[in-house]
Amino acid sequence: MSERGGGADATIRTWITDGSLDGFEPFARLGSAADGAAVVFQGRVREASEGREVTRLEYEAYAEMAERELELICREASERWEVGAIVAAHRTGTLEPGEVSVSIGVAAPHRGQCYEASRYVIEEIKRRLPIWKREHYADGSTTWVGAGVEAAASADVDQ
Amino acid sequence: MKGAAETAVRLEITARLFGVYRELAGASERSVTLPADGTVSDLVAALRGSEGLDFLPERPLVAVNRAYAAPELPLAAGDEVALIPPVAGG
Repeated sequence: MSERGGGADATIRTWITDGSLDGFEPFARLGSAADGAAVVFQGRVREASEGREVTRLEYEAYAEMAERELELICREASERWEVGAIVAAHRTGTLEPGEVSVSIGVAAPHRGQCYEASRYVIEEIKRRLPIWKREHYADGSTTWVGAGVEAAASADVDQ
Repeated sequence: MKGAAETAVRLEITARLFGVYRELAGASERSVTLPADGTVSDLVAALRGSEGLDFLPERPLVAVNRAYAAPELPLAAGDEVALIPPVAGG
């Protein structure tokens, strides 16, 4: 877990975990009395992907780098927008539809900055966090998301 | 010059493999030996030419010491290197 705080700067907490993120506790009571808004974003596993029924997702992370990169992303957000606190966690392991894969909490004096910072963090997570997911479908097939046709074909052969 | 090449220090680099790269390689890491002034792109070329790794693209994402690295970045002994397939977090 990485934690950074100090003075007028935002408090930032980030972590990668193989435990459940469904609980709300780490994202409750964000920030301080200086913050008039707080937003919690949850990314969840959907039951369908490109028309196919998803039975489970396996998330794999380069954990040491993901922790560093996640903290960097949150620090960038705190430098671009005036926020009081940012808390972000990404999950690894096997997840079923409905489970939370990523959770981001932002507290800020004003709601505009709050929404903007929250959006930035999730978009950067999707763009550059070293995490991969393997989707498993109801027909028994599987694919590494974003890796292209060759990976899917190889994955099917491995079955 | 030839004498210097014989005694030149070589760089042994172990690259960690993740996701689909790990699966296709059947291994979570692969070691290669580079010249002392080897760069990230030298590493990629060496890996692509090694046994069973020809599926690697010409310019994959590479991380050195937990940060994304440019192809021209020189490598050093002890560097932590990883090949990063297209990411899919969030």
